[in-house]
Amino acid sequence: MKASGGRYDGWTSVALALTGGYLLLVIWPLIMVLINSFAGGGEFSLAGFEKFFSSRLYYGTLINSVLVTVCVTVLALVVAFPLAYFMTMFRIQGNRTVQMLILASMMSPPFIGAYSWILLLGNNGMITKLIESVIGVKPPSIYGFAGIVLVLTLQLVPLIFTYLMGAWRTIDVALLEAAESMGITGWRRAVQVISPLLWPTVLAGSLLVFVRAFADFGTPMLIGQGFRTVPVLIYSSFVGEVSVDKSFAAAVSVIVIAVTLGVFLVQKYLVSRQNFSMTALRPIEPSRLPGWRGVAVHLYIYGFLTLALAPLIVVVVSSFRNTLYGQFVDGYSFENYLDSHRDILRYVGNTFGIGITALVILVIVAVLVAYLTVRRKGMLSGTLDTMTMVPYVVPGLVIGIALVTAFSQAPLILTGTFTIMVIALTIRRLPYSVRSTTALMYQLNPSIEEAAISLGASKFRTLVRIIVPALAPGILSGAILSWVTIITELSTTLFLYNTSTQTLSLGIYAEVIRGQLGTAAALSTMLLALTMLSLILLMRLPGGQRELRV
Amino acid sequence: MTRIALRSLRKEYNGQVAVPNLDLDISNGEFFTLLGPSGCGKTTLLRMIAGFNSIEAGTISFDDIVINDRSPAARNIGMVFQSYALFPQMTAAKNVAFGLQTRNVDKAETTRRVTAALESVHMAHLKDRLPGEMSGGQQQRVALARALVIRPAMLLMDEPLSNLDAKLRVEMRDTIREAQREAGITTVYVTHDQEEAMAVSDRIAVMNLGVVQQVGSPAQIYRNPANRFVAEFIGKTNLIERELHHRNGATMLDLGDGVSVDVTSTIPSTITGRVQVSVRPEAVSAASEGLSAEVVAETFLGSHSQIRAQLSTGETVEFLEFSRRAALWERGEKVSLQLKTDMLTYFDAESGVSIMHGAQR
Ligand SMILES: Nc1ncnc2c1ncn2[C@@H]1O[C@H](COP(=O)(O)OP(=O)(O)O)[C@@H](O)[C@H]1O
Ligand SMILES: [Mg+2]
Repeated sequence: MKASGGRYDGWTSVALALTGGYLLLVIWPLIMVLINSFAGGGEFSLAGFEKFFSSRLYYGTLINSVLVTVCVTVLALVVAFPLAYFMTMFRIQGNRTVQMLILASMMSPPFIGAYSWILLLGNNGMITKLIESVIGVKPPSIYGFAGIVLVLTLQLVPLIFTYLMGAWRTIDVALLEAAESMGITGWRRAVQVISPLLWPTVLAGSLLVFVRAFADFGTPMLIGQGFRTVPVLIYSSFVGEVSVDKSFAAAVSVIVIAVTLGVFLVQKYLVSRQNFSMTALRPIEPSRLPGWRGVAVHLYIYGFLTLALAPLIVVVVSSFRNTLYGQFVDGYSFENYLDSHRDILRYVGNTFGIGITALVILVIVAVLVAYLTVRRKGMLSGTLDTMTMVPYVVPGLVIGIALVTAFSQAPLILTGTFTIMVIALTIRRLPYSVRSTTALMYQLNPSIEEAAISLGASKFRTLVRIIVPALAPGILSGAILSWVTIITELSTTLFLYNTSTQTLSLGIYAEVIRGQLGTAAALSTMLLALTMLSLILLMRLPGGQRELRV
Repeated sequence: MTRIALRSLRKEYNGQVAVPNLDLDISNGEFFTLLGPSGCGKTTLLRMIAGFNSIEAGTISFDDIVINDRSPAARNIGMVFQSYALFPQMTAAKNVAFGLQTRNVDKAETTRRVTAALESVHMAHLKDRLPGEMSGGQQQRVALARALVIRPAMLLMDEPLSNLDAKLRVEMRDTIREAQREAGITTVYVTHDQEEAMAVSDRIAVMNLGVVQQVGSPAQIYRNPANRFVAEFIGKTNLIERELHHRNGATMLDLGDGVSVDVTSTIPSTITGRVQVSVRPEAVSAASEGLSAEVVAETFLGSHSQIRAQLSTGETVEFLEFSRRAALWERGEKVSLQLKTDMLTYFDAESGVSIMHGAQR
């Protein structure tokens, strides 16, 4: 393009405006956190960091977090690899439904999983009670390390699974046949021939699992009890269960960001060393697997599905149980829904109001940033692209803290407002949206845009009339996925809401903490229903299934 | 309809020179082709005319008005791309209508012109199809209609036929030529295919490494190439190297085996020394006497054969022969070759530049 040589035009203004907004709303708040981490009592000090590394009570949380994260990442890979392998190679009964349900379990809010495993295996859980009444002994506790790993693994297996399924589709049958002709078949072929081809995908998927598990707050908060992870430590030192120490919370946040960034850079380096691309002329056709092997494969897949869906079913069923002072008692009715219908209406209203506003802004910003990075390569758009990736390595909780820190004093007092909720959710999702929109933009032939301009259309008209409509199916699918993650987001908004901006997921969290299990189950059911409806809508869109990546 | 003048034009990509210094004049209503091997700068030049590439030096004028700083949208051009570049979400008719809508043409007029444009490329019956539902050839017809419907000052086409199969290419190039004649529109056409260029063009500019080697009609370029590059790039030719002799005011070229040509009237007498002779295959025929050679191979192609023979000097000469003999040539068979001396062209052995009277450049 003519102006890509650095000429000033309307697009430069857009780039400048976006950069300015990003500096104000993301970079500056994060810098505030950084400053706070080094400033105990108004002057430079390393007190926050010293405190963290001085007591096992604190640095132990980092060890816990790393332990959980590594276990979850490895386990998720070990479970997901055979799952993806079987689904690609063999004809599975109800294949499409299975895929859909696995995705549904991935998109459900993680803290609902934690909460419903408590309902199943907690001190008063259904299974706990059942086992106790049959053999008279209490089964081992779900709380702590094992519970966190169980919940997060079940939650994140689908994520790696989706990545792997995508990668399998790029493998040409000819590769498998070539291996077979050399006498390499079955599991040896999977490990020796296919695994190396999937390596970049495995790395990318693992990173995502790592980042998610490391930053997850809801699960360890609900099910961790004495086993505290870093996000829980940040939370408690920021809200001050014991004592408020914001500079300590900031220091811990900085440590978390540093670890995530480190892992991110290592992954980038590993991927850059392994650069190849494939497209399958003839993708793998699943074949029928007869006999006991077929049965075993089905058992594996349906076994996983049962484990993954159990929490969701439990929540839905529980929502109809009677409660007394928040605890479940015998009998079923709609009372959980009816008794708190006012709150429910408020939560749902806020979820839609805040969620849709955030979504609209998100889509517009993502399209603009993607356009700038793909079509107007240059310093400014390069910077913008890098900046939008920042929240990727910053846990949601820390984004929340940063926004609270930056916007709770004059002249910008935004905490507790509708605006700050929208800003937080937009920022949180932006790295993912920008990346998927950028990928779409790269697929669009640049000649199409030039054709429009040669026909006399302005650049803005070209964007609105040609580019966006041409990408509309992809943008719409991406928007639905973003919508699902926005309505299920918890940690980012935890410090920012008040009763007038409380959403469904915040409501669930509050009710669980308050011990109102019935209301929590009813809210969770509604959130799940909303998620499922969105996913079904997504599946019905042309090409929607391809978009199912997070 | 517009005259295009390029003066001292220069293009660099990040300091890398793609076009060093280029002058060209394209006349009103002319079908002008930029021809050259891949990477020689054809696309670069076309996109400079369109306004999609920056200009490092020089000027581009349309009808004597310098338009260097005019945006592509304001240049009133019709463009046809190799990849068709139809708007994927719009039907054929909507694609064609787009340019009229940006020009605020009223509805009835738009419908009328869209229909006429689609008819002129034989696509009216598919006006409600989406690009994804059309073949490559059909898409390119729609793209042509879309470019022409706005009545642009000029039509710019970058390898519009490269993505089509051989048969469609021939069909489509006739459609393009027809539509261009009908509209009488100045056209700049880019291709690397010399046969395609010869078939459609009024004039051709042969380019290499960002430099125009020769501008002329297809016949001029073929019969009188400005240099060795053009001779070899346009059609096939055999190059042999010989010495000029000046005797009694006449210039003679000794071809060997007692055959010599009097080139007094074709080559200026000031030129001496070694020259390269370009011998087109059709200038060679097997005869009872002439240059003695030995057959290396014959490729039988049905209506004719392509025969490769080696001269006694070791040089290889290729020529064509219409199929008429019962038997094919044998490898090693002796043959005498006669050259049509009026079809030979001559180049300086060192520089490769044509040394003939009236040669360009
Ligand atoms: N956008 C670009 N950036 C850098 N170099 C380019 C770019 N476009 C073309 N070039 C270079 O300019 C030269 C001419 O390219 P091009 O005009 O595309 O040739 P053609 O169309 O004749 O094949 C080539 O050496 C090519 O590598
Ligand atoms: Mg080109």
